[in-house]
Amino acid sequence: MSQIKQTQKSKTWREWLMTDSPSSRRQARLSSLYRSWLAFRANPMAMFGFSILVILLLIALFAPLISPHDPFAQNLAERLKPPSFDGYLLGSDSLGRDILSRLIYGSRITLYIVFLVALLAPIVGLFIGTAAGYLGGWVDSILMRITDIFLAFPRLVLALAFVSALGAGIENAVLAIVLTAWPPYARIARAETLSIRNADYIQAVKLQGASALRIITKHIWPLCISSLVIRVTLDMAGIIITAAGLGFLGLGAQPPSPEWGAMISSGRQFILDHWWVATMPGLAIFVVSLAFNLLGDGLRDVLDPKKGKQ
Amino acid sequence: MVTTQTTNNKNSKQSLPPWLLGISNTFFSILITMIGLLFITFLIGRVMPIDPVLSIVGESASQATYDAAYKELGLDKPILVQFFYFLRDVAHGDFGESLLTARPVFDDLLRVFPATLELATIGTIIGVVFGIPLGVIAAVKQGTWVDHLARFVALIGYSMPVFWIGLIGLLVFYGKLGWIGGPGRLDIYLVDLVPNVTGMILIDSLLAGDMDVFKNAISHIILPAGLLAYYSLAYISRMTRSFMLEQLDQEYITTARVKGLSESAVIWRHALGNVKVPLVTVIALSYAGLLEGSVLTETIFSWPGIGSYITTALLSADMNAVLGGTVVVGLVFVCLNIFSDLLYKYFDPRAK
Repeated sequence: MSQIKQTQKSKTWREWLMTDSPSSRRQARLSSLYRSWLAFRANPMAMFGFSILVILLLIALFAPLISPHDPFAQNLAERLKPPSFDGYLLGSDSLGRDILSRLIYGSRITLYIVFLVALLAPIVGLFIGTAAGYLGGWVDSILMRITDIFLAFPRLVLALAFVSALGAGIENAVLAIVLTAWPPYARIARAETLSIRNADYIQAVKLQGASALRIITKHIWPLCISSLVIRVTLDMAGIIITAAGLGFLGLGAQPPSPEWGAMISSGRQFILDHWWVATMPGLAIFVVSLAFNLLGDGLRDVLDPKKGKQ
Repeated sequence: MVTTQTTNNKNSKQSLPPWLLGISNTFFSILITMIGLLFITFLIGRVMPIDPVLSIVGESASQATYDAAYKELGLDKPILVQFFYFLRDVAHGDFGESLLTARPVFDDLLRVFPATLELATIGTIIGVVFGIPLGVIAAVKQGTWVDHLARFVALIGYSMPVFWIGLIGLLVFYGKLGWIGGPGRLDIYLVDLVPNVTGMILIDSLLAGDMDVFKNAISHIILPAGLLAYYSLAYISRMTRSFMLEQLDQEYITTARVKGLSESAVIWRHALGNVKVPLVTVIALSYAGLLEGSVLTETIFSWPGIGSYITTALLSADMNAVLGGTVVVGLVFVCLNIFSDLLYKYFDPRAK
């Protein structure tokens, strides 16, 4: 009985969401969200990427509960043990630390870096791009010139130089990646702004006496968000790989922190005899970047059907 | 075709040909971009926590010596004046001396750059030779296994850290199978056997006619160049595919088919002919990307190029070397961008 009731209820929910004539703004918004979700769910690769990332998030969240060993506990008697089911699942490193536990804790660092960069870089780009696009004139020329200069710089080399100037560490690595990653977002935001700044509704708001600041923040920013979100999801894999590269070169997270790139670097000297030390963290980076790439591709297909068809 | 030719001639009689005008415009923007690039590099050098004066006079110098050196370095001048001095030095090819090698950074850069160039060039050539056909076939056979393969190849390429797969490659092909030479450009007993002409060992050994060195150099370069090639292949095939899809939708393709042209002529001559122009830009960009991507690849393979020069300098706080390297990589990057812009204008009749 209750089951029937539930299916009926969910059916009506579905109908309510799929209606052609929404009766409120909230319904229209939820309905479009639901349709996007349906389209996204129909894409198996994107769902695959999405589930990996959900799992990663859970792993990071519950790291102390899942990890079989203390990621920092050294045990020199047990150093460089190969992967096995009854000792260390993924082997142990040169200080006898459990690689699996370190990978689990390392997921926190990876997510921390990715989300910080993915939050900051688009915001910087949004500020600069919308200001340039809306204000136009010399502001536009100067801001876009600066953007071009940063765009002309090779990103990894610039990030390297920045980190070496600021000093090694996670926060400085994040800062360096943000400093090199914002220009594409500024370009996107500017292009979006240019396409809407002469729209009738902007003119209407302007006639009502809204200031430039209000127009940009209340009426232009919301419309730039979706293209920025697509771009940032596609960029996340690149962010992970850049961050790991900095860690690998010893410029990101510092030991004994279980950052994946730094772990590869510490396994490098044992690669010929103890392959697992460097291989496992690399696999982790690969799986997570692949997941982000799949998710980004899927999101682009859903949110931006025009480009997805290509 | 004939009409465009004549209008072009008319224009060039009246004033400069438009593409030359374009060059003067681009020249101006190059200048600004390069000055900006140098300014950023200069600022990075300024915020460095290392005191340049102390590294010259030493820890135990008296205050007077310190002040004298401080003045001599121009550090008492306003920052813009200092930047001007920096520009002047760079224009003279003077990046200061490297702490590590105790030689002028400029000479070091001249020495290491050919190694990077060799690696990136071979990588790009392989990437172009395989990437373009893969992209074309993926576009023509959209939705078939070739298309999926191309997508898969690109996806893997975008998701794999180059420093990791390089290590694995060394482990498998050098450590386990012994098919290739290990890190470095040559086996140690072959180093310096051929005279250094271009700095690129493959060319130098051919010039000297020493096939042993040539073969050995090939066995060393094949893995790093192959890796770089994979990344460039992933990018080039992806872009080729989307350009081709765009062209295959056009009406002139239908016209060509209706005329009874063979399918291969339609695809490889008509469609690819029009894709050539944007592809040049993509190839130049990927080439520039490889020069940059070599930073990590070279570290893994102990390749004595500009990438490992910069990283070694970084780790020993050799700031002159880092800044010099950054400037050079940046300049090459900008030049390639501009070069591809110019090629675009040259090849595309609409841009003329």
